[in-house]
Amino acid sequence: MTRSAWRTLLLWLLAMLAGAAVVWNSRFSTDISFFLPARPTAEQQVLVDQLKEGAVSRLLMLAIEGGDAAQRAELSRDLRSRLAALPEFASVQNGDAGSQDAERDILLAHRYLLSPAVTPERFTVDGLNAAISNSIDLLASPAGMMLKPFLTRDPTGELVELLSNLNAGAQPDSRDGVWASHDGRRALLLVQSRALGSDIDGQEKAIALIREQFSAASRSAGLEDLTLRLSGPGLFAVKSRATIRDEVARLSLISLIAITAVLVFVYRSPRLVVLGLLPVASGALAGIVAVSLAYGTVYGITVGFGSALIGEAVDYAIYYFVQSGRLGLKDWRQRYWPTIRLGVLTSVAGFGALLFSGFPGLAQLGLYSLTGVLTAALVTRFVLPPLAGPAIQVPVPARAGTVLRAGLHHVRALRWPVIGLALAAFAYLGAHRNELWLPNLSVLSTVSAEDAALDARLRADLGTPDARYLVVVTAPDREAALLAAEQAGHQLDRLVADGVIGGYDSPARFLPSAAAQAARRASLPPADALRPRLQAALADSPLSAGKLAPFLADIEAARRQPLLGRHDLDGSGLALAVDSLLLPGPGGWSVLIPLRPAGGEAGTDIPVSAVRAALAGSGALFIDTKGQFDALYGDYLDQAVWLSSAGFVAIVALLLLTLRSPRRLAGVLLPLVLAVALVIAGLHLAGEHLHLLHLVGMLLIVAVGSNYALFFDRIAGGATLDAATLMSMAVAATTTVIGFGTLALSSVPVLHAVGVTVGPGAFLALLLSAAFASREAPA
Amino acid sequence: MIRQLISSIVLASIAVTAHAAFNVDQLMSGLAQHKGGRAKFVEKRYLAVLDRPLVATGEMTYTPPDRLEKRTVTPKPETLLLDKDVVSVERDKRRMSINLASRPEALAFADSIRSMLGGNRAALEKNYTLQLNGNADNWVLTLSPTAQQIAALLQRITVSGSKDQIRTIDYLLADGDRSELSIEPLESR
Repeated sequence: MTRSAWRTLLLWLLAMLAGAAVVWNSRFSTDISFFLPARPTAEQQVLVDQLKEGAVSRLLMLAIEGGDAAQRAELSRDLRSRLAALPEFASVQNGDAGSQDAERDILLAHRYLLSPAVTPERFTVDGLNAAISNSIDLLASPAGMMLKPFLTRDPTGELVELLSNLNAGAQPDSRDGVWASHDGRRALLLVQSRALGSDIDGQEKAIALIREQFSAASRSAGLEDLTLRLSGPGLFAVKSRATIRDEVARLSLISLIAITAVLVFVYRSPRLVVLGLLPVASGALAGIVAVSLAYGTVYGITVGFGSALIGEAVDYAIYYFVQSGRLGLKDWRQRYWPTIRLGVLTSVAGFGALLFSGFPGLAQLGLYSLTGVLTAALVTRFVLPPLAGPAIQVPVPARAGTVLRAGLHHVRALRWPVIGLALAAFAYLGAHRNELWLPNLSVLSTVSAEDAALDARLRADLGTPDARYLVVVTAPDREAALLAAEQAGHQLDRLVADGVIGGYDSPARFLPSAAAQAARRASLPPADALRPRLQAALADSPLSAGKLAPFLADIEAARRQPLLGRHDLDGSGLALAVDSLLLPGPGGWSVLIPLRPAGGEAGTDIPVSAVRAALAGSGALFIDTKGQFDALYGDYLDQAVWLSSAGFVAIVALLLLTLRSPRRLAGVLLPLVLAVALVIAGLHLAGEHLHLLHLVGMLLIVAVGSNYALFFDRIAGGATLDAATLMSMAVAATTTVIGFGTLALSSVPVLHAVGVTVGPGAFLALLLSAAFASREAPA
Repeated sequence: MIRQLISSIVLASIAVTAHAAFNVDQLMSGLAQHKGGRAKFVEKRYLAVLDRPLVATGEMTYTPPDRLEKRTVTPKPETLLLDKDVVSVERDKRRMSINLASRPEALAFADSIRSMLGGNRAALEKNYTLQLNGNADNWVLTLSPTAQQIAALLQRITVSGSKDQIRTIDYLLADGDRSELSIEPLESR
């Protein structure tokens, strides 16, 4: 080897080592931020925060099945007390009556700070008369049963007021004193982990603890035939990570083994096989390094794309080994390298278009593939020749040449049938153009249909709000945020009164702003002033003022009571309610106010414009989360259409610039466009749900397939295709189809879609390029 | 109503022929003949904390086997609906539903009146022991709770009536408070 060859080799080795160091220190992630917008709007940011860190993302729903209701209730109580004792869980609820007493006691103790009805007017003679008369009327009704024990302490009925707000939302059904599904066959618990939803390790640990505690509980109760089922965002994240990890390893291995087998068969030299895989390894490493450096985090799905990259990146070494044997390196570089270089550039243009996507996962896939392909080509061009040395000889069996030439001849007969078929495909696509693409982000989710169904069932049984409609207010500090929430509450109260919405939840209900609490406390009169007013108010009442000494004492105590703080709610469901709706963030505090639909004819929809109008000017943001998700995916899809078109235009421009002949350009493009149409029509016909990654796959068919079309274009340029060239193309296409085809096996929708589109697409691109190639001038 | 009348005449004549052999089964089967209907009610609550009893009036509608609607008119309109295991209360335009399966003692309490109207002896005996005094024209049935959970709420229920018509239901609560419900049947349409 020459001095410069050594230098090249050394540089490459150093680069690889540096790359390995970067990869070693990279952060790998399988979380949902793959799908979340890179540059979110204010509304989308709320969604992103909710999905990553919101209280909802920390909720796990548990269902105990089997046995009878009493056994399930027994396990539910035991599991609750076991989990509540663990520091990993912020809250564990099972609807047990005892746990609800804790909430009632907190509300009772702080009722004069919490109740919105507490105003100076309420403690005038008229106010007291009205409030106490109402309470007495309530005593005559069954609804008053819970009030009776507290009447002498709370004659104005503040506790009833607070409790009716607490239970305003739908409560789950109960059996034997604990939450149960509507059909009564499952006992239900709601657990909130301390670990954030985006902390998948933390979620995994929490889930393992729950399962462990459940088996311990069922063992100690001798109820081992009862089973636990569980669902929630945390479980989905853990499962999704396991799926992606498993598949990255499995798919890469399948692809690598199959491709290596092909190479062994063709090269018949272990040394060449190892050398041939060098550009692939370099490319895969460089891809991860580039993504890690550019984005900070490498998504598991991106690495999973490696299986396709192997198939694509190995091509360059195949061309080099098979084609240069007869020609020698110098001639090869002169005659074939320009064609290969153009193929690399079209691939780079295709993957490069994805870089501009606002869908972070897609942008990463683009950068990873672009870097990988480019690196593999460069390593093949500059590092492989000095390493391989001059004496490479891949046998090109005479029979292979004959067979391929005959195949080329036969395939030409397919021209007209293919054109007919392609016209049919275009007509089919035209007829179905409006329902071709699924307009829903959930098609990209790795959650299985079975898991999604269980989740939906548990959610319905627990009445877990799906929080579709949210009002969001933000403020620099907690007090200001609570004040803003109270302000928004006043506006929403009017909508409730008008029947526009059914109701809303607000953290200010259980943790009012200090200002509101202080105002309420200030409206409590001193005992000396209250006593005569009470006498006057109850002059004709069946309740005599003399019995209300406990009321006077409670009011006196409340006048000196410190304001209610968040810590006063600890250990009750109220803490969970407040924490999930009042969130500290880097830029201040946000308050979420979920709205409930009015029900009735309106169904579950809320008139968005009416709510917007009511909140106009208050700075509060009204979000229809479902609408936001649909819009988000719509944006991705629009952008993907735009980027794919731009990528296609870039490829066309590149080809036109190099080929300098519209006729040859048409010759290269025609088979590619036909291949795209046939693949998409075929997939849709086969019942595949097409989404944005299939769309991206269309661009990649053109980007990858053009490599083969370009070789056939050499005929138009006056060159002949000898047996070695034909064989190298056949082998290269085979490895590419294997690489992408392996992705089609994936259960991760993103990978599957690209594989199932580009795998057959690359094969068709080769076949159709052969069919439409100019007839070779007789050699 | 005609059929009820006939059945009560038949029942009365059986009672007369059988002399004083009026028992819980006969009472219950008589009550079970009811095909539902409407009644006016007056409910008086005697609470220790109040100097005077509270009086509520309104209408009750029973639809066998498990739907009972109690519509209070005075002192304040309120509708209470007991349908299977769910109680809904509507008051001040606010509606509140409670699934009683979550609180068996509350269900037993609310269920007693429905089971009485339906003549459902099995349902009553699940939670109470029954003791019948008097004759078919003037009977008194006393229900004493058997379960601890219900006894914590309720000392006993006393139901009185004549033939297959309930006249009063008296609840004596555990804390000594008492509620007296008088029922006056209305012609059903």
